[in-house]
Amino acid sequence: MRLAAPRAGATATRVRSPGVTHPDTPAGLDRESREWLRDLRSRGIAYDDAVARLHALLLGAARFEVARRRPALPHLRGDDLPDIAMQAADDALMSVLRRLDDFRGDSRFTTWAYKFALLEAAVKLRRRAWQGREVPLEPEAWARLATVSPGPQEDAEQAQLLAAVQRGIEEVLTPHQREVIVALALNAVPIDVLAERLSTTRGALYKTLHDGRRKLRANLAARGIAPDWLERRR
Amino acid sequence: MERPEMIQTLLRLLGPGRPELGCEECFEALDRYVELQLAGRDAEAAVPGMGAHLMGCPACREDYESLRDLVGGEPAP
Repeated sequence: MRLAAPRAGATATRVRSPGVTHPDTPAGLDRESREWLRDLRSRGIAYDDAVARLHALLLGAARFEVARRRPALPHLRGDDLPDIAMQAADDALMSVLRRLDDFRGDSRFTTWAYKFALLEAAVKLRRRAWQGREVPLEPEAWARLATVSPGPQEDAEQAQLLAAVQRGIEEVLTPHQREVIVALALNAVPIDVLAERLSTTRGALYKTLHDGRRKLRANLAARGIAPDWLERRR
Repeated sequence: MERPEMIQTLLRLLGPGRPELGCEECFEALDRYVELQLAGRDAEAAVPGMGAHLMGCPACREDYESLRDLVGGEPAP
């Protein structure tokens, strides 16, 4: 369920009551982080003011992310981008307020809060970039990869490994693992885009990808193929 | 296709090949990891498996790079 997202200047929907028991403020926090927690757990004007400041902080982070990705998204209309940043800040605000008691003080409060805004903005931008585009789930890219002509020893080694991986994908993966690994790893579909299309989460998809990769590596090992040289090319 | 693209494809297909965090665990630890790294501490020792996950998950890697650069541009507390 998504909570109503306030616009800048509006009073946020209170998602926790200051009367509710909450964990003690984590020990060792810096002064600024302690003040954020105190104000966001207060009432009245202090609370409203803290929420407005937090929204401004998150909006700044969302704009940072939008500006960072803008060169890679030339097909997005310029006037879409401020809206995306604002939506990301609104959604991040709700996440931060909802999860305030999860803040353990492992970092400054602002660093912890920023990651919600950056995540929201990045996910929205990835999805917007793929809006209206079909997500390729079939291994069309094999054909392109196959056009590499074996020449030097190194190229032949790569082509051999690629052929072994292709065979492994066909032989040892489940249909779902195959679909996920082909879309994410072969066709380079962003994981958040695929998660939306398949009505699942980034974490669940990555688990599927991870399990598929382990099967592929085990399959290669069983055939005596050790892609050690590949690790050195990272 | 040029060779670097084939290598990148192979790396994406096979992943990091060593123990790694999942995406949720990565998100939970991201702020701590970034601050440790920016402070010059051994972030990987403090959050084992984070580096491997950032190698294997392009989306989490982008999120990490954004947080690192955003926070890294801020004045120290």
